[in-house]
Amino acid sequence: MRRRKRSLHWIDWLILAVLAGFFAVIWFRISGTLNYKWQWDRIPNYILRWDEEDGRWVANLLLQGLITTIRISIYASILALILGTILGIARCSTNLAIRMLARTYLEFLRNIPPVVVIFIFYFFLSEQIVAAFDIERWARGIARSENPEMWEFFFGDMRRFPSMISGVLVLALFESAFVGEIVRAGIQSIPRGQREAARAIGMGWGDEMRFVVLPQALRKVIPPMSNQFISLVKDSSIISLISVQELTYKTVELVSSTRMIFEAWLTTAALYFLLCFGLSLLFRRLEGERR
Amino acid sequence: MGADGAAGRQGRASDPFATGRAVQGGSPVTDPAPIIALRDVCKFYGPFQALTDVNLDIRQGERVVVCGPSGSGKSTMIRCINRLEEHDTGSIIVDGVELDEETRNIRAVRQDVGMVFQQFNLFPHLTVLENLTIGPIRVRRMGRAQAEALGRKFLDRVHIPEQADKYPAQLSGGQQQRVAIARALCMEPRIMLFDEPTSALDPEMINEVLDVMVELAGTGMTMVVVTHEMGFARKVADRIVFMEAGRIVEAAPPEKFFSAPDSERARLFLNQILDH
Repeated sequence: MRRRKRSLHWIDWLILAVLAGFFAVIWFRISGTLNYKWQWDRIPNYILRWDEEDGRWVANLLLQGLITTIRISIYASILALILGTILGIARCSTNLAIRMLARTYLEFLRNIPPVVVIFIFYFFLSEQIVAAFDIERWARGIARSENPEMWEFFFGDMRRFPSMISGVLVLALFESAFVGEIVRAGIQSIPRGQREAARAIGMGWGDEMRFVVLPQALRKVIPPMSNQFISLVKDSSIISLISVQELTYKTVELVSSTRMIFEAWLTTAALYFLLCFGLSLLFRRLEGERR
Repeated sequence: MGADGAAGRQGRASDPFATGRAVQGGSPVTDPAPIIALRDVCKFYGPFQALTDVNLDIRQGERVVVCGPSGSGKSTMIRCINRLEEHDTGSIIVDGVELDEETRNIRAVRQDVGMVFQQFNLFPHLTVLENLTIGPIRVRRMGRAQAEALGRKFLDRVHIPEQADKYPAQLSGGQQQRVAIARALCMEPRIMLFDEPTSALDPEMINEVLDVMVELAGTGMTMVVVTHEMGFARKVADRIVFMEAGRIVEAAPPEKFFSAPDSERARLFLNQILDH
């Protein structure tokens, strides 16, 4: 393959100049017209702060939010994977009722904006479940008990457990629709002939799924699945609207108390970027090894 | 054509490649009830009629070759025999079991009838040995060691024992089809169906598969083969069934069919096919 000369044409210089000009204009508008005082030096303190009494570094608002976001993403992903796989299989079922139910659920969730879906699930489902199982009292009991450390490691502040669980549940329900479609596509990509061969040696539908279809389908859909996981991390910011104390919520808190609008949001954007981009690099590495 | 199964077989034919015919409950001469019986079978795909008034009896141990122009319903007919297609009217009885909506019946028939497909349809995510043993282990609930021994035995009989731990993608077409034949045989069926088994193979690999099928025929297995390989038909078939446009036009032993067929359409077909 002939090496193409990597030189900059005059068009490239023109584009760079336009971009530079664009950012310069924004900068001047912000610093000049808006009279904004940048306080970048204060930000690190809101990530990690030195606790005088305990004598150690303690996570502050932004880092707390980040850790909660990570926890929620992991739990919601696992739940969405399970629910989505069931939905995907149901969508391919020979039973008309099951197939139609799954299809209806998927179509609803894919055609309504995430914020609306999350609010609906929150009020109609999560609130009811939390009340029905009396989760609030249980969580408070754990928070007050002698050693809540193990629970706190997995779920953060136990007093906020009900809202966190609500957040995980609605996020998982929402994302399961997309996982379901991915699984369905995977299942339907398995050639019909193999399924006929499985049936011809006497396998029932369950065996056919378990030993022939799903092992191949799930392996095949790992790339779009990992994409969906990254999507889920981004969508998790929506549940800040139902008062789950994840990164976006904490940033709003930070901004309202310190008025450091630009620094806070830029930092949060950087944190999300690091998280998602890091995950995509990780998945790319894992997929690369598979080949 | 070989002695009957006086060599003491209990229950199922456990080794169809053993010498002599594998016969259950008597030879075809004294036990004339057909092992496959199609009566007035019709099949529709929407408005299109794929099978019209198909009547066919196949005796146990008989080797039937089904031929005809494409679109004549040959594949549809044999796929109805193991319920990969559902017939709309008429009845199909396989080894005493009527094929209908009952899942139990369908599963019983499918364990009794092995099928070899044109596109091999091996499971690509399993090794060759796993392809062979998955049926016996999961469907017949056989132990793993016993299933593996069975698998290796049939792999040996199709002359590729060294390929046991390879994946299907690493084998040639002819080898893959032989694995597919072994996989069907591992379920120890009484009937083997072949749906154009060599049509997807390169010419130099056709013979290795046909040789295996000829050996299988020599053991007394009931075989229904849809194929264009007339040399094979002449050598092995007890009866040639000629189909066209969803109907059985003629059924005759090969000597008669190839030299003096009754119907004009059979004669036309033979002229086209035997020209090379």
